[in-house]
Amino acid sequence: MSTARRLLIFGGIGLALLGMIYGLWYAVFAEHQELDGIGKSLATGFSAAGARDPRAAEDALQQYRELKYTYDRHVDVHGHWIGLAMLLMVLGIAFDRVELTERMKMLLSAGLLLGSLLFPLGVLLQTFSHGVAPQAVAVVGSALVIVSLAGMTMGFARAPRSG
Amino acid sequence: MTGSTSNANAATTAEVAFASMGARRLLALGGIGLILVGMLVGDIFAVFVLHQNAAKVGASLSAAAHAAAAGDAKTVLASLQSVGNFLENRGTKVDTHVHMIAFGYLALLLAILQPWVAFSDSAKKKLAWIFLFGAWLLPLSVFLIHYVGLAYSPLAAIGWASILADFGGALVIAATLGCLLGIAKRTQQAADRASVRDGLWEDRSVAGRILLAGGLALVLLGFLHGAYYAAIDLYKHEALDYSVLSEMSAGAAAKDVAAVDSALAKYGQLGGEKAVNIAAHAHAIEFGLLAILLAFFQPYVSLRDSWKRRWAWVLLFGSLLLPVFVLLELKLGLLAGGIADVAGLLVIIALLAMWIGILRYTGEIDAGGRLAEGANG
Repeated sequence: MSTARRLLIFGGIGLALLGMIYGLWYAVFAEHQELDGIGKSLATGFSAAGARDPRAAEDALQQYRELKYTYDRHVDVHGHWIGLAMLLMVLGIAFDRVELTERMKMLLSAGLLLGSLLFPLGVLLQTFSHGVAPQAVAVVGSALVIVSLAGMTMGFARAPRSG
Repeated sequence: MTGSTSNANAATTAEVAFASMGARRLLALGGIGLILVGMLVGDIFAVFVLHQNAAKVGASLSAAAHAAAAGDAKTVLASLQSVGNFLENRGTKVDTHVHMIAFGYLALLLAILQPWVAFSDSAKKKLAWIFLFGAWLLPLSVFLIHYVGLAYSPLAAIGWASILADFGGALVIAATLGCLLGIAKRTQQAADRASVRDGLWEDRSVAGRILLAGGLALVLLGFLHGAYYAAIDLYKHEALDYSVLSEMSAGAAAKDVAAVDSALAKYGQLGGEKAVNIAAHAHAIEFGLLAILLAFFQPYVSLRDSWKRRWAWVLLFGSLLLPVFVLLELKLGLLAGGIADVAGLLVIIALLAMWIGILRYTGEIDAGGRLAEGANG
């Protein structure tokens, strides 16, 4: 098995494990609490509006906004790590059919693995900081994934070399 | 001559690996069956449930906002409770659709990996049956959660349907872990490492290449769209989600019904925009992954090469058309929705054709095996 292929298959398994362990942590310690908070803050907001208390309504909706922001990113991280892991494994199995040089295949598989790790990590870091750094990590990760996938698509589309 | 010999060897290897009621055959046919039923459920859900349910959610939210404007706290909570119920109904149907398809993908992946699982044929077959039983049990039980509720449940908060769904999930996890264990065992057997030869892994057919390159291109398109959405619309939508709700609540506090109605209309529009973008992104990537997985099974599709290529193109065409027209739903309305449903149907038909091709192949192997047994006997 070539190094590029091994990188994709075992990297994919590792990433899937990371995504599942993270998902388990999230399901046990964060998801229900966040969903509960979202529902409660929304109900509090509307009830406060009904009680003609716009300030309390605004506070509750601010809380809803923060919780929804975090919840969406937690779900995205879990889904993207596992989805990308599955893609890595499947591409790893098919990687012998990519008609590119070994060096290029190695570059593409390393780029895809690194991008698949960094992109959801950047999204996760956004739940700790709203600054530019986590967004930059996510952008670099997704750019790596896009460029690597484009290269692999070209490699798959090329007709097999004779012999 | 050499080429035909190697093809014959590959075919023989593939036939051996696709033995009657063997693990690979069970997982391949069961996996495609799961995907087919999951897609049909999705199509039926999109046509008969999705829009009606969204309208009910909108009506309940509207009732909550109007009740807040009227200072009726009791109706506010009751209406928000209804929103929760409608969302649960919608959520369980989406989960049924998503889990059937995801388990179908996993079944196909495990089918591809079978030669690497270092267990006896009978153990592999048992694992495949356990996987398929769990993979059907979980989505069926999830579908029933909304209808069964807590009836006759021994637990205070979890109903029988949820218990069965969890059991199904545990079976899938156990079977998948079993396969992983088998693969780990194989990697430790140094002598066997080089000896895994498989017709599926070695296939270089045109249909397979079309599906691989087309599938990966779809994944790439889905990813590009996701990146575009994240860069241009995501933060705007998140800000709007808060500001429109704030507008709604301020309107309700000021008893301004017109402001509440205007905010409700904006909220509905925003929900639609988010839903179509997420659906287009997810469907492009999932169809791409499906095409890549199906590329491996082309040696088992017993159809003429020209037909295999046609069905590959039909699958890719439908897979591209569906997310594009889902995105256009906000501009073109029901027309785009109808075209997206037809595109989904094209994917289902192409998948069904490949499934029938695989069934024909298994029939040929089984008939050949019986003839050989007859000649020997």
